[in-house]
Amino acid sequence: MADQRSIGIVIASHVEELAKGTYLLLQESAPDVSITYVGGTDDGEIGSSFEKILTAVEANDADELFAFYDLGSAKMTLEIVQETSDKTIHLMDTALIEGAFAAAALLQGNYSLTEIKKQLVPLTIK
Amino acid sequence: MLTTENTVQWLTKFGEIISMNKAYLNELDSRIGDGDHGSNMVRGVEAMLAQFEAMEFNHAKDVFKVTAMALLSKIGGASGPLYGSAFMEMAKVAETNDLVTILTAGLNGIKKRGKAEVNEKTMIDVWEPVCQALAENNLTKSIIDQAVQATKPLKATKGRASYLGERSIGEIDPGAMSSAYLFEALLAGELIDG
Repeated sequence: MADQRSIGIVIASHVEELAKGTYLLLQESAPDVSITYVGGTDDGEIGSSFEKILTAVEANDADELFAFYDLGSAKMTLEIVQETSDKTIHLMDTALIEGAFAAAALLQGNYSLTEIKKQLVPLTIK
Repeated sequence: MLTTENTVQWLTKFGEIISMNKAYLNELDSRIGDGDHGSNMVRGVEAMLAQFEAMEFNHAKDVFKVTAMALLSKIGGASGPLYGSAFMEMAKVAETNDLVTILTAGLNGIKKRGKAEVNEKTMIDVWEPVCQALAENNLTKSIIDQAVQATKPLKATKGRASYLGERSIGEIDPGAMSSAYLFEALLAGELIDG
């Protein structure tokens, strides 16, 4: 994977299937972007898991990540992961699917971090 | 005076009150949220109690750290990172052994994590008046109860309940209720001087 992008994406949802579905959608348009996803609690119920989100961040090939989430507890848990992990995490307050999709497509197109952040501003909803 | 022993007793009591009120917390949450606050809190406090059984502590600081990680890891809802942040911040200042300093640090941890202030129908609406009353050395059960009841007329502007808009008015905030149990457990212990 010589042309793998240096910035990756992590998706954190309350629901495993929602996270996976978002991943599948993104991956189609961004085959060279490392995308990891996580959803649900440790027991597979609806919610957020600190350990699972941390694992999804650490498992990503990139050391710098855009992080997208659905609702509040995923965001707050991501913030704690952001403080815990050595990786650089850009937590994005955009609509989950639109924001993550735009970031993935732009990363695939070799846009810079600054350019991508600028393009995502209108998608900010939270 | 805060000691390792009475901190463990306080939080054990908190765990017991949460478990007894699991159904009630779920019911409160089902009115303005996703109905799982009781189940989530029970999962968190059970993990905390299991750690208390398994571990020896040298200082209240370590009790708070273990509590923070158990609640953060196991609750699964928004209260996980919120209670987790509160206890993490409390651990940082636990060596003062001063309850007002410690709980105020917890309150500030919740405010920072939830980006919320008072009157947004959250657990802060209980933590803030409790910290104030403790600082004035007059924390009572009725102050805690009043703080919980005072969340009823508020409209939620933070958390899942905020999506309901006006419909959140008239209900008790579940996080305020579970926070009240934490402070009821505190009153039941011998941690408060005076």
